[in-house]
Amino acid sequence: MSPAGAPGRLEVGIKQKFFRAASGNNLHVLGELAFTLGNGEVAALVGPSGCGKTTLLRIIAGLDRDYQGTVSLGEHCRLGMVFQEPRLLPWRTVEANVRLAAPDATDAALDALFQTLGLAAHRGHYPGELSLGLARRVALARAFAVEPDLLVLDEPFVSLDADLAQRLRAELAELVSRRPVTTLLVTHDVEEAIGLADRLLVLSASPARIVATVPIARPREAHSAEEIAAIRNAIAPRLGQARPEGAR
Amino acid sequence: MALRLVSLAVLIAAWSIGSHFAGERLLPEPQAVALAIAAEARSGALAFNLGVTLARVLASFLIAMALGTVLGLLMGRYRNLDRLGDPWLVALLNLPALVIIVLAYVWAGLTESAAIAAVALNKLPIATVTVREGARSLDAGLDDMAHVFRMSPWVRLRHVVFPQLAPYLAAAARSGLSLVWKIVLIVELLGRPNGVGFEIGIAFQLFDVTRILAYAFAFVAVMLVIETFLVQPLERHVSRWRPRTA
Repeated sequence: MSPAGAPGRLEVGIKQKFFRAASGNNLHVLGELAFTLGNGEVAALVGPSGCGKTTLLRIIAGLDRDYQGTVSLGEHCRLGMVFQEPRLLPWRTVEANVRLAAPDATDAALDALFQTLGLAAHRGHYPGELSLGLARRVALARAFAVEPDLLVLDEPFVSLDADLAQRLRAELAELVSRRPVTTLLVTHDVEEAIGLADRLLVLSASPARIVATVPIARPREAHSAEEIAAIRNAIAPRLGQARPEGAR
Repeated sequence: MALRLVSLAVLIAAWSIGSHFAGERLLPEPQAVALAIAAEARSGALAFNLGVTLARVLASFLIAMALGTVLGLLMGRYRNLDRLGDPWLVALLNLPALVIIVLAYVWAGLTESAAIAAVALNKLPIATVTVREGARSLDAGLDDMAHVFRMSPWVRLRHVVFPQLAPYLAAAARSGLSLVWKIVLIVELLGRPNGVGFEIGIAFQLFDVTRILAYAFAFVAVMLVIETFLVQPLERHVSRWRPRTA
């Protein structure tokens, strides 16, 4: 990873990525894939399931170095990540989990964060005592506590009931607008992507390439059902999973 | 608790009856053994010998656990180190304790360090294998998490790795403590001028079964105290985050 100006700037130029399957076959997961996120920009990656979104995030997060191409983060870029599962340390309390990831966070900042995410009452609890929704909030709190320059979210609200996911989405939008942070969000939920992102990056099936870039007017504000349906219909053929207009 | 006491009472009753049939010389009465323990305690010999043996147990146990943890962790995480170390481990695992002890005494003389090293070397491969098993099952997801959040090596070890190894370390410690004290006794019998093993050796030459049992039971009692007041509370503390099971 080489420096690229502002700490929150992300430049991805992946040539290709193969994944060695247990059978010994090479799976072509990612094709040629290039995009740039400016400081404070929020992008959502949407695409058919299994198209390599998580692989792409792992490469960007520096967890997978076995690929061809380049990924450059800004100099001294601090990374915050929310995985598909909460990935908390079960043997540490909620507060300790956050503090271990963000040792420099001030008490005031953590108080505010726990307050925003409705975790104030759970600081002393162990992750095993939390519901999945609460555990996901802790994972969000942990990612924000490091005051990241780049925030990477891998389907952070998957397998939550619709109401709760909606509320967490609103909380996330609030956190992002309070302190702008370059964000890359993976989701299979187009409405979620529209509600959070400045633009959508639509990926093809594996090997994934970017097949469309959809800018969102008035990001992180309410969008009417018509607007959402219009965007959904525009990208549905690309996703290969066309749905009737207005259907959820 | 009541059940434990009943079980203990049955054991003592069986012993008493056995003694009646086998005769005083082969199996002395429980109260004779109790009196022997009291006599040894009064002379100060019991405390001295127990103390010496316990010190050897702790020294060799700590050395074996520390080395075993480091080796097990390395071998569990790095496949090449595992391939390098595995034949040594298999050799050491299958080398009889007696051979290690005798060789240690032959090569290093009848010294305290030879004795402790021999015991530690006997325990080392088992501790290593157990910890290696734990290191192999470390959660890759938590590893990624620690990497992404740039946790320092110390934080990773203390807060991510060791809590996952805790059950394996506890298993190694449990089986280790009981194994180590048995081997310490042999080491003392063969080449030390004091300790429980030495006393039992003398008693064997005099065919003094009462004294053998007196020292054996005294030491078992000490280990029981360690287990109850040290090992178990430690385990409870380490697993306090686990949801309670009935």
